[in-house]
Amino acid sequence: MSDQSVKKGESGFLATLKGSPSTDEFIKGLWKDNPVFVQVLGMCPVLAVSNTAINALAMGLATTFVMLMSNILVSSLRNFIPKQVRIASYILIIATFVTITDYMIAFISVELHKALGAFISLIVVNCLILSRAEAFASKNTIGKSILDALGMGVGFTFALFCLGAVREILGNGTFFDMAILPGSFQEWIVMILPAGGFFTLAIWLLIFNAAKAKKATA
Amino acid sequence: MEAMLNRTLNISTSPHITKGSSTDVIMQNVVWALIPVALFAVYSFGMSAFLVIATSVISAVLTEHFLCRISKQESTIGDWSAVITGLLLGLTLPPNFPLWMAFVGGMIAIGLGKFIFGGLGYNVFNPALVGRAVLQAAFPVAITTWFPAFGEGRFTSVSVSTFTAPFMEPAVDGFTGATPLSAFKFDNVTADSMELALGQITGSTGETCALLIILGGIYLAARKMMDWKIPVAILATVFALSGILYLVDSQAYPSPVFMLFSGGLMLGAVFMATDMVASPMTTLGVVVYGAIIGLLTVVIRIWGGLPEGVMYAILLANAISPHIDKMIRPRVYGTTKKKASA
Repeated sequence: MSDQSVKKGESGFLATLKGSPSTDEFIKGLWKDNPVFVQVLGMCPVLAVSNTAINALAMGLATTFVMLMSNILVSSLRNFIPKQVRIASYILIIATFVTITDYMIAFISVELHKALGAFISLIVVNCLILSRAEAFASKNTIGKSILDALGMGVGFTFALFCLGAVREILGNGTFFDMAILPGSFQEWIVMILPAGGFFTLAIWLLIFNAAKAKKATA
Repeated sequence: MEAMLNRTLNISTSPHITKGSSTDVIMQNVVWALIPVALFAVYSFGMSAFLVIATSVISAVLTEHFLCRISKQESTIGDWSAVITGLLLGLTLPPNFPLWMAFVGGMIAIGLGKFIFGGLGYNVFNPALVGRAVLQAAFPVAITTWFPAFGEGRFTSVSVSTFTAPFMEPAVDGFTGATPLSAFKFDNVTADSMELALGQITGSTGETCALLIILGGIYLAARKMMDWKIPVAILATVFALSGILYLVDSQAYPSPVFMLFSGGLMLGAVFMATDMVASPMTTLGVVVYGAIIGLLTVVIRIWGGLPEGVMYAILLANAISPHIDKMIRPRVYGTTKKKASA
């Protein structure tokens, strides 16, 4: 990795940043192992709460927060948790932070809390968070686990935002509740309905896979 | 002797006798069968209907050509199947439908309904109905705004909503009519059977004249280009079920004749449910498939929230037709039926 970046003529800080293993842990969640577009994990919140950009962003950030905290705790307790009860312990840790998030969102905005509804509590069962705890945090140091959670969280938020922005603009003619299209714009009602979530996700997956295939052949 | 030895021998596998009815010949015949229906649509609804049908045909063909190009395949527009998809889609849309929406519908029908599954022969659903289902979900108001038939000046002027700018909301006509089905659903008024059969009513461009649709179906069935058992099974089921309901309570339920000739049932049964790819293969399978469509149509029309249910009935039956084929397998010649207890 570092050889390649040096060859390309990059030097100094950027080269060390690109080559260092810690940045790899962060970057992989954004693109190579993007939780939504590559791993296709956590589809329940992705499809259900991506109907507007603000909902998508809030859900992404809430998930990132829970993932960050659970990764830290799981990683720091990785030598104390008995193997037999590890999943139950991880769920307990995750559930604790989901409850905190639930109250935090209710405190910040009651409207947002209402819009996200049961999906805040359902972060507990988001397989993305459990998979990071099981596959990464339980085997790596706290520092690496933080970077991993941040990378995956940002990747997840980015993907949710991609869906939410398209669905809100086409389905409602607005972006972050601001009207950005002329008043006579015809809303595509299907986009804010559940079916629109599947359509939009499929189109984004198509674009990402096409981009990856192009990169692989180039 | 010399001549016989020098002659090249042609060695080929069966079939040795061909009828010459390749895909494009069949597809062309379906187009001929649909032409009278389309012409009647233009006659009864005028310029607007012509533009809607033309737009969806052009859109379907262009999308097919473009998708073949970007996937680096030989263009398949020569097999006429895209023309049929566009034509059928256009015939299921209201005559005053905005043209840009019809264009989007054609793109979705070919792209989502056919190309994503691998093109002609691999489509799970009838492509035209996929296009219409998405349009119905995306633009529920525009697709249920009807235009009266035989309006004055229908050949010289178009509906105000026809030329809506792309992505803009269509203006609402001052004179929109109700279809016989929605009139029945919401106001409990039934239309005259003769008017229904001859297309003196409002509705989607191509669904109004049941007689021409039946004639087209008979032509295709006579040339063995369509499985006549499918429409017969659908229509018989609808007739029987609505007949029973009508006998139980003739006030609350519509007459079976009204059920047969109203809405898109004829068009759907004759031209859409008979999609060769998306329907079952065995005789018994076809009958089961037709009965399911008929049953769902009656259930959606009478107890559902929507006035018309043929589209969803056909799409649902398309989805289960591989399962019908799996369950109903013809006995292999020369074998005996396997015992169930074994």
